[in-house]
Amino acid sequence: MAGYLFNRLWQSVVLLVIVSIIGFAVLNLTPGGPLSQFALTPGMTQEAMDRIAEQMGLNRPLPVQYLDWGWRLLQGDWGTSYRDGQPVLDVIGRHITATLLLMGTSTAFSIAIGTWIGIHGATRPYSIFDYTVTIGAMVALSIPTFWFGLVGIYIFTLELGWLPAGNMYTIGDGSVLNYLHHLIMPSLVLSLVNVAVWSRYMRTATLDVINQEFVKTARAKGLTERRVLMKHVVGNAMVPMITLAGMQLPSILGGALVTETVFTWPGMGRLFLDSLGYSDYPVVMGLLMVSAILVLLGSLIADLLVALVDPRIRVS
Amino acid sequence: MANHDPIAAPVSALTVRNLTIDLPKGMERKHAVSGISFDLKAGQILCIIGESGSGKSVTANAVMGLLPSAIGISAGSIRCGDVELTDASPEVLRDIRGRVVSMIFQDPLSALNPLMTVGDQIDEVMFAHGEGTWDDRRARSLALLAEVGLPDPELMYHQYPFRLSGGQRQRVMIAMALALEPAILIADEPTTALDVTTQAQILDLIRDIQRRKGMSVMFITHDFGVVAEIADSVIVMEQGVIVEQGSAEQVLCNAQHPYTKRLIAAVPHLSDNDRTHEEVARSAPVIEVDNLRKEYRSGSIFFGKERVVKAVQGASFALQPGRTLGIVGESGSGKSSLGRLLVKLMDSDGGRILFDGQDIAPMKEAQFRALRPKIQMIFQDPFASLNPRSTIGRILTAGPIAHGMAPANASQEARALLEHVGLDGGAFDRYPHEFSGGQRQRIGIARALMFKPKLLVADEAVSALDVSIQAQILELLNDIQRETGVAMIFITHDLRVASQICDEILVMQRGVIVEHGPPSQIFRNPQSAYTRELVAAIPGEKIAA
Repeated sequence: MAGYLFNRLWQSVVLLVIVSIIGFAVLNLTPGGPLSQFALTPGMTQEAMDRIAEQMGLNRPLPVQYLDWGWRLLQGDWGTSYRDGQPVLDVIGRHITATLLLMGTSTAFSIAIGTWIGIHGATRPYSIFDYTVTIGAMVALSIPTFWFGLVGIYIFTLELGWLPAGNMYTIGDGSVLNYLHHLIMPSLVLSLVNVAVWSRYMRTATLDVINQEFVKTARAKGLTERRVLMKHVVGNAMVPMITLAGMQLPSILGGALVTETVFTWPGMGRLFLDSLGYSDYPVVMGLLMVSAILVLLGSLIADLLVALVDPRIRVS
Repeated sequence: MANHDPIAAPVSALTVRNLTIDLPKGMERKHAVSGISFDLKAGQILCIIGESGSGKSVTANAVMGLLPSAIGISAGSIRCGDVELTDASPEVLRDIRGRVVSMIFQDPLSALNPLMTVGDQIDEVMFAHGEGTWDDRRARSLALLAEVGLPDPELMYHQYPFRLSGGQRQRVMIAMALALEPAILIADEPTTALDVTTQAQILDLIRDIQRRKGMSVMFITHDFGVVAEIADSVIVMEQGVIVEQGSAEQVLCNAQHPYTKRLIAAVPHLSDNDRTHEEVARSAPVIEVDNLRKEYRSGSIFFGKERVVKAVQGASFALQPGRTLGIVGESGSGKSSLGRLLVKLMDSDGGRILFDGQDIAPMKEAQFRALRPKIQMIFQDPFASLNPRSTIGRILTAGPIAHGMAPANASQEARALLEHVGLDGGAFDRYPHEFSGGQRQRIGIARALMFKPKLLVADEAVSALDVSIQAQILELLNDIQRETGVAMIFITHDLRVASQICDEILVMQRGVIVEHGPPSQIFRNPQSAYTRELVAAIPGEKIAA
């Protein structure tokens, strides 16, 4: 187990290095480059541009710039934002909580609802309920998230006036209720696709397990149907779902980016778009690294959880 | 619980009257079982025997109230003591299951929850029926593990099922079934998936426990050999109907119904006579194996816990055309590994395999490819070894076409071969799922013959089949060998089958060939202790004609 953990951590580090190299290369190879925003300043001369490049170290060869960036990163210095001169870590730190809050709520919600729908559908296959949620899932999967966001704003904000259209809180009102009020719509919209995905996978996983011999053994023991289902069926069906949850993380992160933009949610997604617009490369690179770490951490935790639940994995 | 005395006039523990169970519409017949009546007498072992599809398992599941929802009881009654089970409420049924009637299943590999420890799974039966405190249940579980003959109950209690062998898992299933001292034990083919020696041990265990506790056992099997070992009375089922019932002696020695006679006749027996061959002169061997070795390594070299399993150690033998060599042994004996080495599905670690005078052991895949058609394999599972999305025609012709045969010739050949193995030419355009197990195995044989091989390796080729089908397939292989002079290596765990088809037999134990000789020697005058043990474990030799 310790050897396994060591191997996985080692692989994660290698992956992070590869991600950072690709990210750095792609960013710096795009036309424009970090200096393009200064070029728009009225009265800017080539000389001044060169001086700025010199100051910022941008005239060095790319590999040197990368190694310098990487070395500083390891020491905890993620660079400073071109936009407002603040340390990148501080900038990201101010936005990460909002994103984690949105992602956490939405993930918890979609796992709970998706799992329930999946089990319910699998125990009554081809029932009206099963058909309804199947069609519902197809609809949710085939319509883009931002459309649901806009429709949600139209119905619940403009027509009914129940929910705010955006932001994380009303300025001047820092109460928990106010935060929750703002959280409802974005997290539900972000959940929609994931509920669909989860319920489909859970249905299949449950159906795979429900006809296995040991479920019959459990019934033959005289267990209640509820215990057979929760302990023996769901217990075994959850094993592949844990891995899936780890793999879903990137898509939730991607979904958060869109959702945050629609609802002007002050998270990493908004920051990412804004920073790209300003060619704020240090922040973009920082966000890239944070998302990569989140995703790797997610799948690492998922793998550890699977090993914890399934004794067969622990051995091999 | 009532104390059953087997000597007194036995009362009926379970009474089944005119039971009819419907199959869903569109199946090949209307009823899974129709109008069956029988008694399970207290303190007796009742064997229900029949081939697949005879309705024997459906009957067992009906007693437990565990029929799939698509199948329902339409008439008749099942009485257990004073309780009518056919219209009992789910609560009553649940209370009876595990407490009054327990069940063990065929495949101990899949019948235990892989995520729960053995101890927890035994504990759960008692927990479900509200028995005892946690400490009581734990003590009882440990006692049960000891009772079913598992070593080190304390350790076993915390073990997960995947760590256990098939025989050990079946013992755990039995411990679970016995936890609440039920009056009735239903055993659905509990030894079918086990090796002969393990099968003999489990049969002994079931009989021993049944006698000690005065339990009534309903034992479902397809093997008359097992019936002869264990039954007090017998029910023979065919197509959902009871065709014959009576005491074990009556049915075994004086069967009335032609179907029973056929089933008994189909049980493979050890044959005393070696096969005789007219034309097997001293022809050069097709294959000659010399000191062949294979080791499996697991674990990691870095963390120093490497395990080496010697799967095949110094195997040597030779086989002439037109002759059959049997390789027998239990699971883990290395017989399948040896088979895989011979067809080069796996590389050997040392030794020589001379095929037609060439050493194929060190050959790379590219070199060996030209020879591959000459060595063909027939697999165990006729359900898994045919691609469900290809027509039979494609399955048969794909290989030869890849090896350069003209497609038109290949299809012509395939149709001819299908007729040859006893299927009509129309099978060519159909898909595997349209065929029964026996028919699929015929297709598997036809596929192997497409290449006109010199050597056929059959790995447990008849193990998954009903006895009567088994006999037909063995017959077919025999005919084919006589006509084509193909040499055959027949890998099996069933010594009775081996005795019928083989000219010579190798007995393997833990990778070593412990005995090598003609069937008459292996079965009537075994030289090694292990062979003697295997032969003694063969069920039902007393019904040998």
